[in-house]
Amino acid sequence: MQAYRMEFIMEEKRKKVLVIGVIGADVHAVGNKILYHAFTQAGFEVVNLGVMVSQEEYIAAAIESDADAIVVSSLYGQGELDCRGMREKCDEAGLAGIPLVVGGNIVIGKQRFEDVEKRFRAMGFDRAFPPGTAPETTIEALRELLHMDEK
Amino acid sequence: MKNVLLIDFGSTYTKLTAVDVEAEVILGTAASFTTVETDINDGLSAAMAELKSEIGEISFDATYACSSAAGGLRMVTSGLVPELTGEAARLASLGAGAKVVGVYAFMLTEDDVEAIRGEKPDILLLVGGTDGGNTDCILHNARMIAEMKPDFPIIVAGNRNAKSECMRLLSGLEAYACPNVMPKFGTLDIDPTQKQIREIFLNRIIKAKGLSRATELLSDIMMPTPSAVLKAMELLAKGTKTEDGIGDLVAVDVGGATTDVYSIADGMPEQMNTVYKGLPEPYSKRTVEGDIGMRYSIDGIVAAAGVDTLSKISGLSEERVAELVEAVKADKERVPDGEDELERLDFALAASAVREAVRRHAGTIAETYTMMGLTYVQEGKNLTRVKRIVVTGGSLIHSSRAEEIAAYARFSPADPTSLRPKEASVLVDKRYIMAAMGLLSTYYPDVALRIMKKELYNGATE
Ligand code: B12
Repeated sequence: MQAYRMEFIMEEKRKKVLVIGVIGADVHAVGNKILYHAFTQAGFEVVNLGVMVSQEEYIAAAIESDADAIVVSSLYGQGELDCRGMREKCDEAGLAGIPLVVGGNIVIGKQRFEDVEKRFRAMGFDRAFPPGTAPETTIEALRELLHMDEK
Repeated sequence: MKNVLLIDFGSTYTKLTAVDVEAEVILGTAASFTTVETDINDGLSAAMAELKSEIGEISFDATYACSSAAGGLRMVTSGLVPELTGEAARLASLGAGAKVVGVYAFMLTEDDVEAIRGEKPDILLLVGGTDGGNTDCILHNARMIAEMKPDFPIIVAGNRNAKSECMRLLSGLEAYACPNVMPKFGTLDIDPTQKQIREIFLNRIIKAKGLSRATELLSDIMMPTPSAVLKAMELLAKGTKTEDGIGDLVAVDVGGATTDVYSIADGMPEQMNTVYKGLPEPYSKRTVEGDIGMRYSIDGIVAAAGVDTLSKISGLSEERVAELVEAVKADKERVPDGEDELERLDFALAASAVREAVRRHAGTIAETYTMMGLTYVQEGKNLTRVKRIVVTGGSLIHSSRAEEIAAYARFSPADPTSLRPKEASVLVDKRYIMAAMGLLSTYYPDVALRIMKKELYNGATE
């Protein structure tokens, strides 16, 4: 009982904060709205920047909200270009080590996703997800990444 | 007959406006020069003598005042990210009528603290972090400020999770806690902080600035002059329950050292294909350009406009423009006084000041081409639909070409990304009554509104 209450209080005290948005000149808005609701439902505090988000905007919002992770969406195929240099900017802005994840349709055409993921990891992203990743899978991955199920 | 006297204690002039609130007319106005050395009360009695010589012996049922004397209300802000809570703090302070003398972001350094000491603010506004967000920065800054043992008050309006700890760190100092100026990303909540700023202004600053003797003859309200002007503009635009306002407006006041711009308009995107970026801005927004002014900040105008543009607008040669600029810099009191060349230079300076200051105040729009066509990204307020430009302040209203100068506030096809008013008519505050009407509106909003409408439309191009 005591332990349960403690955990409850801790949970009440601070939800994990996610900054989300669709990067670059990308206007695909539907998936972003779905993720916002799914993450909120799952108990995250979500700062949603909407579509056409620049790297600087994610970073500024993450600083003010003391975010636990930045979730980047890219649907229109320019993801690789848009995500370049983001990790370095985070380091510069005092967000060293903040988890960065990316998903959607992050590259053009049919490419082997293993290769794609390798390239995004080399850019400093903690995880990259293939097209069609369901919100539930995404949430599970985030919980794992943020060590939310460990006691 | 019910007479009200409205006083504006300025840094160079004490201005009086006498109003009969029953007849809804301005009985007279008067101004007297005041300097830092002269006692504020001397300026007041001199202006009073002038007023009485104009309208005869008169007694007042009430007297209200605003003040920007002794440098105005000086504020320093300290926030986290410059574009977010930093900007929220700046907007809150300007909207409360303050003169923002220092803006700090991220963690304060020892050098910053020294600089703040030198800036001698009347109030420091400490913010940072959305609610539940970053606490490290504001706590560090509270500690740094506590160590400097300031003799000025501090308003804490940052992340609510750090509020108690900040107040503990600042205990023993004059500190006030307010709700977060940016509780959530993209949400501004600046009213409570502005209210607190005004309260401190009333309780503390009036006394410190030698106004307390003058306050004995006042019935009520003292507010910073810019805050009275903003109040008047808001009333003029929105109207009251019984009296219509004139709708959204932009106002400009070009001074000797700074240029103030006000906008009363929502300014959010007009079209579906436009995405808004950055901090949403307040409906009543005030900005002050510290580097744009007719004399003390003439360099800023020259830098922004360029000698070539000033030459084109004035019709003087570039050499002559440069010479005259040097001349007025050497003698800041020099006014045209019928001197044709200087009149033309001042026209070009004022026009360029208006253009630059309104450009900085207004939002911008950028186009991005996508394969489905054009998409727009808007930052700041879209003022293109605003239909009224109000011109106020000594250096504009006394110009015979005030309306031509104000036209430079409008949208320009040469600068299509700047969202300035497209088809706005110009109203000139000829008798310089906006601050007085802001004061009057506290007790007589309908009267103040009707007088403003009468005064501004008198002779206006409709
Ligand atoms: C609707 C649509 C549009 C609309 C968007 C309207 C709007 N404002 O939202 C319009 C017509 C504007 C449009 C334009 C374009 N589109 Co389009 N569009 C689509 C379409 C048909 C559906 C997108 C959608 O809403 N899906 C439903 C939502 C729920 O799914 P979702 O967006 O994928 O998001 C989910 C997942 O991706 C995932 N997810 C998202 N982010 C993240 C992040 C992480 C970390 C994780 C784990 C998961 C994740 O979770 C979301 C929720 O379930 C798709 C094709 C398709 N069937 O997906 C093409 C598609 C995305 N578009 C495409 C393209 C190329 C374009 C254009 C460049 C040109 C064009 N062909 O018109 C322009 C780009 C405009 C721009 N600047 O962004 C391509 C992208 C190709 C690629 N990446 O390889 C697609 C895949 C079509 C195709 N097969 O060619 N598009």
